[in-house]
Amino acid sequence: MIEDVLDLILTIGLMHYLIVSGSVFALGSVIALGKRNAVGVLMGVELMLNGAILALIAFSRFPPAGTATTAALEGHVFVVFVLTVAAAEAAIALALAVLVYRKRETVDLDRINLLKW
Amino acid sequence: MESPGIVLGFYLLAGLTLGSGGLVFLARNLLHSLAFLVISFLSMAGLFLTLSADFIAMAQILIYAGSISVLMVFAVMLTPLASRDNSNSIYVFPALISAGGIASFVAFIAWDTDWSGPGTDFDSTIGTIGQLLLGKYVLAFEIASVLLLFALVGAIMLVHQRDEDSEGTS
Repeated sequence: MIEDVLDLILTIGLMHYLIVSGSVFALGSVIALGKRNAVGVLMGVELMLNGAILALIAFSRFPPAGTATTAALEGHVFVVFVLTVAAAEAAIALALAVLVYRKRETVDLDRINLLKW
Repeated sequence: MESPGIVLGFYLLAGLTLGSGGLVFLARNLLHSLAFLVISFLSMAGLFLTLSADFIAMAQILIYAGSISVLMVFAVMLTPLASRDNSNSIYVFPALISAGGIASFVAFIAWDTDWSGPGTDFDSTIGTIGQLLLGKYVLAFEIASVLLLFALVGAIMLVHQRDEDSEGTS
């Protein structure tokens, strides 16, 4: 029994990486939903993307038996696209934040409520 | 994945990632939480290195810890009159509940499933990634580059101050 628990702790496998990835994603979702500053929300979104990237890399490192190296590395190619989209999204979102600041002199999302009735 | 260095490195880097991620949430000042976010990105790059993903680790350091965090610093600096505190909105309690649900669900699935297979160590991933990007996924690669170009042009057009704008307001 104790050997089983020790083996679970000391043999790093796909499970450990997936738990870290899910925790980072959940933490990012708390920050993205619960912060009032627009830049803070963007930080949460980047953390969520990072958690998803960790899951992709972990699955690529532990493929099913008999997978070719080229097929396993397709996960890395997906990560390259995620990085590209994250950079584009950060640029657009921060430009929008600066634009809102010019009109309203705030980036507090609770006070950007012109469309709220 | 049983050598003591890998095990120690995994637990150190995972603790650093999650700990500084938690400090992003808890820090009072927005710039402090930005600094913790950079630490979280860097230790995540270390986790990628333990998974023998050398190219992605370097891209993570360059793109996330380098450019995206600098973009966020710019956004904070370009909004000088806005509030700098990192306070929570009322949605933080439902967000905490749903995030606890997500984390425990993912952890249960990861623990319950039998992930057989020892995994493979890659020698160097860069050559294969390059061949895949310019071979099988060349269309997606081109679309991604066009997306990046449009995003940059769009960002410049959004924040560009035209003459007729400043005449009306000032």
